[in-house]
Amino acid sequence: MHAWGKFVFTGVGLGLLIGVTLSMAGIYRGMVDDAKALLDNSGADLWVVQQDTLGPYAESSSIYDDTWRSLRGMPGVASAANVTYLTMQVRQGERDVRTMVTGVTPGAAGTSGWPPYLVAGRQITRGHYEAVADIASGFKLGDTLQIRRNYYTVVGLTRRMVSSSGDPMVFIPLKDAQEAQFLKDNDAIHQQRRRTAENPAFNRPQVPGLLDAVIASQSINPYVNAVLVQIESGHNSEVVAESIRRWKRLTVYTRNQMEEILVGKLIATSARQIAMFLVILSIVSSAIVAFIIYTLTLGKIREIAVLKLIGTKNRTIIALIMQQSVALGLIGFVVGKITATLLMAPIFPKYVLLEPLDSVIGFGAVVVICILSSIIAIRAALKVDPAEAIGG
Amino acid sequence: MKSLPIQGRTLALVVVLFPLLALFIYVALRSGPLAPVPVTVARVKTEAITPALFGIGTVEAQYTYKIGPTSAGRLKRLDVEVGDLVRAGQVLGEMDPIDLDDRIRAQDAAGKRAEAQLSEAKARQAYAQIQARRYEQLLTARSTSEEIVATKKHELEVAVAGLQAAAEELVRVHSEGKALLAQRSNLKIVAPSDGLVTLRHVDPGTTVVAGQAVVELVDPANLWINVRFDQIHAGGLTVNLPAQIVLRSQAGEVRGGRVLRVEPYADAVTEETLAKVEFNQLPEPLPPVGELAEITVALPPLPPAPVIANAAIRRVDGKLGVWHVMNGDLRFTPVALGLADLDGSVQVREGLKVGDQYVVYSAKALTADIRIDVVDRIPGVTP
Repeated sequence: MHAWGKFVFTGVGLGLLIGVTLSMAGIYRGMVDDAKALLDNSGADLWVVQQDTLGPYAESSSIYDDTWRSLRGMPGVASAANVTYLTMQVRQGERDVRTMVTGVTPGAAGTSGWPPYLVAGRQITRGHYEAVADIASGFKLGDTLQIRRNYYTVVGLTRRMVSSSGDPMVFIPLKDAQEAQFLKDNDAIHQQRRRTAENPAFNRPQVPGLLDAVIASQSINPYVNAVLVQIESGHNSEVVAESIRRWKRLTVYTRNQMEEILVGKLIATSARQIAMFLVILSIVSSAIVAFIIYTLTLGKIREIAVLKLIGTKNRTIIALIMQQSVALGLIGFVVGKITATLLMAPIFPKYVLLEPLDSVIGFGAVVVICILSSIIAIRAALKVDPAEAIGG
Repeated sequence: MKSLPIQGRTLALVVVLFPLLALFIYVALRSGPLAPVPVTVARVKTEAITPALFGIGTVEAQYTYKIGPTSAGRLKRLDVEVGDLVRAGQVLGEMDPIDLDDRIRAQDAAGKRAEAQLSEAKARQAYAQIQARRYEQLLTARSTSEEIVATKKHELEVAVAGLQAAAEELVRVHSEGKALLAQRSNLKIVAPSDGLVTLRHVDPGTTVVAGQAVVELVDPANLWINVRFDQIHAGGLTVNLPAQIVLRSQAGEVRGGRVLRVEPYADAVTEETLAKVEFNQLPEPLPPVGELAEITVALPPLPPAPVIANAAIRRVDGKLGVWHVMNGDLRFTPVALGLADLDGSVQVREGLKVGDQYVVYSAKALTADIRIDVVDRIPGVTP
């Protein structure tokens, strides 16, 4: 066991590489978990969106905010709640944070769209100017957020309430969110009013209230992005969805369809990138293991020749080299798992989810790679001429 | 001494590998999906909560007077500016009379002509009367024919009728004259009550149509706030409840008020209940009409009842409830909730007793078979 320093050192280096590999797998799982968390946290069984759009997350969708009333009465529907989503910068003090601002319908805890659990504070009780934020945004209880023109007080904190791209969510009352979604800055509003006033169709002197009525109608936003529907127990979600599609002529997605859209369409490109990284890292790891085992074996050529001379079977020599390779892999795996969990996962800006199954598969892969990589060294060892032991 | 190198190496191996293994096992068990979930717990307590309603509104004037002409015309003069205080009956301006003054003069002339005609008719009647009497006397003296007497009587009757016609004609012309004068005074723009001029829509020389407002007045002593409450959170809203008013331009100052009226018509499109809240004392200086305000209406305090935090309420399998902690085990208990206040306390009507322990905050969504770890504060949350 001489050169065990080199051995352990390589093991640690290999471990860091394996740690990165495990983290990459964790990042992919984290992205899928972000998508699933978004769907789970909305508390909905069906998502009703604008006809022929891919839903509120993958594509923008607008439906009238009184559509929920016609959905509420359909058979099998236990509740229907409006919701709006807008990814925007939210200012707090001197900094601003990219968040997904979610407008939740007035009600109480347990309504679809509301955060299903909190880690601090309370749920929203007032109809305006209160917010519940995710801790990933860095906001604390009592902070004042500025969204467009209004100021919101953070009254509650949540965890793992993120959009599918990992942006933390901020929940505000629906009416404020509708205003935030469409309301432009004051200069733009001023321009709009001026243009309306200059249009002779809207500014007729014989009809004194017409201009005010037109401007008022331009200043409201009756749209929401989706209606979240919960289904009564005992009803099949696909059956209820189909009846809404047929009679209301809106697009409806069930949970499975939403998952397919988010994971299959939104994350697909990132998934391919990560898969490629995993392959490259595996190749690099196997190359390293092969190289170091080969070097170590070459360094022991004399001893192997002596062993062959004294009549050791080839099988034993092969087993020796393979054991060394697997031991290297084991040390690498242990170091890698520790690094991935304690170092990479907490500091990485995206959510890294390290599943036990991934670790087991990783372990198996490491062992297989080590076994395969030792083949070169084994070939070199087997080719050794026993005569070298006593010769030069 | 020969055993030392082997022992040394084994020792080194043990010192390095065992902690590594221990760390590995710790990492495998304490993080990731196998780890227990940190939660905070609290006990159900009895509390008398004071529910309140929160709404936003705008400052409005109780009475807004939009003053303008009743027929199309041109504005001749306007003597007030925005911000002027006016008295009831004060003339603020005038429309262009065009030919109305001439018509009044014509009517005066017609009136004088009618008077002259009345005099003429009187004279004719007097003369006809004298003639009729004379010829009657002559008839009794048999110096004239009956036909002539009849003619003279007839002329008297005609003259009397003519006098009546002339008198009525005079009345008619005078009445028409008064009508034109009334029309003329209608062209004046007059303040219907004391108030403050808030808008001046047109300037002199502009043509305005019937019904178009030229100036707008409000009564500054009667400002109220038109408040909108979400219908879901408007239960218990009645007249005379105390209200706290915060104006947008004075965010730190809380003023007192009371609910004056709950509107019989709610807003069906925005799903809001409307109400009018008046100030106990009007702020000095007056807030501009249209300024936003936040109103909190305090409902009467409720008698003490079991109360939980609204952060604990979860929905599992379509039922609302909380996670009840019994001997370290989690159990989902559906609850029936009562009224809530604005600070996050909710009454529990059924499902939990006073003193029961329930989960308030948790780091993850809970299920019945998850191991929990009771902490004071969820890791990651700074106070």
